[in-house]
Amino acid sequence: MNKEEQNQAGINTSAKNNSKTVKKLLLVVVAMFGFGFALVPLYDVFCDITGLNGKTNDTAVAYTSTGIDKSRLVKVQFITRNAKGIPWKFEPVINEIEVHPGEMKLVSFYAKNNAAHDIIGQAVPSVSPGLAANYFHKIECFCFTQQPLKAAEEVEMTLQFYVDLELPADINTLTLSYTLYDITEKSS
Amino acid sequence: MTTDAIAQDSHDEHHDDSHEHGKMTGIKRWLYTTNHKDIGTLYLWFAFIMFLTGGAMAMVIRAELFQPGLQLVEPDFFNQLTTVHGLIMVFGAIMPAFTGFANWMIPMMIGAPDMALPRMNNWSFWILPFAFAILLSSFFMESGAPNFGWTFYAPLSTTYSNGSTAFFVFAVHIMGISSIMGAINIVVTIMNLRAPGMTYMKMPLFVWTFFITAYLLIAVMPVLAGVVTMLLTDTYFGTSFFDAAGGGDPVMFQHIFWFFGHPEVYIMILPAFGIVSTTIPAFSRKRLFGYSSMVYATSSIALLSFIVWAHHMFTTGMPLFGELFFMYCTMLIAVPTGVKVFNWVATMWRGSLSFETPMLFSIAFVILFTIGGFSGLMLAMTPVDFQYHDTYFVVAHFHYVLVTGSLFSIYAGAYYWLPKWTGHMYNDTLSKWHFWCSLISVNLLFFPMHFLGLAGMPRRIPDYALQFADFNKWVSIGGFAFGISQLIFLVVVIKCIRGGEKAPAKPWDGALGLEWTVASPAPYHTFSTPPAQKDIDNI
Ligand code: HEM
Ligand SMILES: [Cu+2]
Repeated sequence: MNKEEQNQAGINTSAKNNSKTVKKLLLVVVAMFGFGFALVPLYDVFCDITGLNGKTNDTAVAYTSTGIDKSRLVKVQFITRNAKGIPWKFEPVINEIEVHPGEMKLVSFYAKNNAAHDIIGQAVPSVSPGLAANYFHKIECFCFTQQPLKAAEEVEMTLQFYVDLELPADINTLTLSYTLYDITEKSS
Repeated sequence: MTTDAIAQDSHDEHHDDSHEHGKMTGIKRWLYTTNHKDIGTLYLWFAFIMFLTGGAMAMVIRAELFQPGLQLVEPDFFNQLTTVHGLIMVFGAIMPAFTGFANWMIPMMIGAPDMALPRMNNWSFWILPFAFAILLSSFFMESGAPNFGWTFYAPLSTTYSNGSTAFFVFAVHIMGISSIMGAINIVVTIMNLRAPGMTYMKMPLFVWTFFITAYLLIAVMPVLAGVVTMLLTDTYFGTSFFDAAGGGDPVMFQHIFWFFGHPEVYIMILPAFGIVSTTIPAFSRKRLFGYSSMVYATSSIALLSFIVWAHHMFTTGMPLFGELFFMYCTMLIAVPTGVKVFNWVATMWRGSLSFETPMLFSIAFVILFTIGGFSGLMLAMTPVDFQYHDTYFVVAHFHYVLVTGSLFSIYAGAYYWLPKWTGHMYNDTLSKWHFWCSLISVNLLFFPMHFLGLAGMPRRIPDYALQFADFNKWVSIGGFAFGISQLIFLVVVIKCIRGGEKAPAKPWDGALGLEWTVASPAPYHTFSTPPAQKDIDNI
């Protein structure tokens, strides 16, 4: 084989190698694009298990506590916030309450639609510190459903909850924050 | 069929005959070129034009910040400038400049006649100008340009977007496709076209760093494409990936973005490591100290870069365990980085040093990049990051690693290979002016930012409290001086292309590498026949 022929042989094998390598790399590209989207459910599952992002249960749970820990008092604070563009008055009826772990409590929130048209609102809860989220159980919450209010209509909405007996000892105060969104467009 | 056909795309049936008759003329040569040297030149010029464009924006930013109060621009326009400045410098200047180096040098360094996929190479360059035309055109629209920061956090870029999100997303998609194609080309070239006898551990470190960088790009650019797609559907099609109202989570945006974002910063620094690992041995007249440790250090930096992303998110309310995990992992990266700095210094140790311009930029790189690494370590400490986060301290940090790091390495490489590219020596006096003016002004520009940040000046604001006035004045003066100094480089390059002292095949006596075995300027086609084994053994 002279040099020219040798190179010729090199060309053909390298063309084949090239498309093989390209195919493999494209596979990685597609897989990583998918991975980006897979991060979304993964993130949710991860946060669900660990409660890292302060998300509380989004459907009702039954009261299953095995007792009430009278030796301990935990402060639960309520705060509310309106997201951009929803002209409702939205506030907790009481700002703060002390509960024993395991004890069931009922509190309410007040909302009034100050706009001249009907609006559907959705409150989204979040607990701080985030790690406490898995120890805060909502038996009933207005945040489980959408809340339609006609113009100038007002309503009192309830939240029934208990704090888990297992709440880590270093957590003495929980802040439950609700952000209210206008979802009229999204739900129509 | 000539041996040049090795350079043809693997699937093509009919042959592009430009390689047989040499180059076409005029604009067509550049539009249709599949030659790695032409494409490298295009990338480099494009990067420089983008650098000047982004730099012009920085000049307006610094003029506005010259004194407290609002004098030149509206706050919203200021935000557009900081956003587009960042996007252009990252995606338009630094990354394409490195791709330009890759195109020019990798085939020559591994003894290949061209990149493995020359047609795709042409495409990956020519879609870039469109991406940036789209991005920049938004300045002239009613909405204005993106104003949500180069990190485009949701909901700033979704719910609160000024309407530029769609343009932004499409521009990023195109940039991403371009980078992915470029990266695939680099990997395929290095894996399949190395000259016989060039084993992986004989490749120049330059080639290694681009090889690893290309893998990083292939791994994370698709994630960037994914996250901007989610942004697009959240903004315009009613999905709720990042919208708490619909069950999404805005903090998740930051996780996905930084999962891309942190490897991205290494995409912008690993090639720089490759360049100075070439220049420092050349002007120390010694071999690179610890070659294999450099290869392993580069690989471990790349791997670690996937598990540190949340150091950008310490203040988002992570649990203690998360903060500690990301803090320690981040600090761990300093170890391989330290190995590199050690090796560069050890290469210079007892070498017979000379201080040509590429060496000056390389030494400045080692010192100033290390300062940037140190401020990075400070930021990596979770408790203090609560103070530093979103202040000018962060701005100082990333400009030290990106400007005196990545950009200085680009200058070092450009001066080093200009004789090979143009066939002429650059004007030495002017290049020294370029270096010293840049060195002094860049420190005046970025060093006081550390103090501003420590004193609490927030980043991304058009106005500030009076106590920050003095430092800001100095920073702005440094900024203007640095801006002007870069024009010297433009003059040097143009002069060098037009004429100047004839460059020999190997103008640097200490230089190693196959690129110096071909004539200067490098002939349009090189290594149509593979290099001799003794040349390979020599590097
Ligand atoms: C020793 C190595 C490094 C360490 C420990 C480090 C650490 C950090 C940390 C902790 C932050 C977040 C600061 C905050 O937002 O509060 C940060 C920001 C940043 N770093 Fe580094 N870094 C290192 C090297 C680099 C390199 C090599 C680059 C790029 C070439 C880089 C580019 C950036 C950028 C662009 C940001 C700011 C992103 C933004 O918020 O806009 N860093 N770094
Ligand atoms: Cu980072």
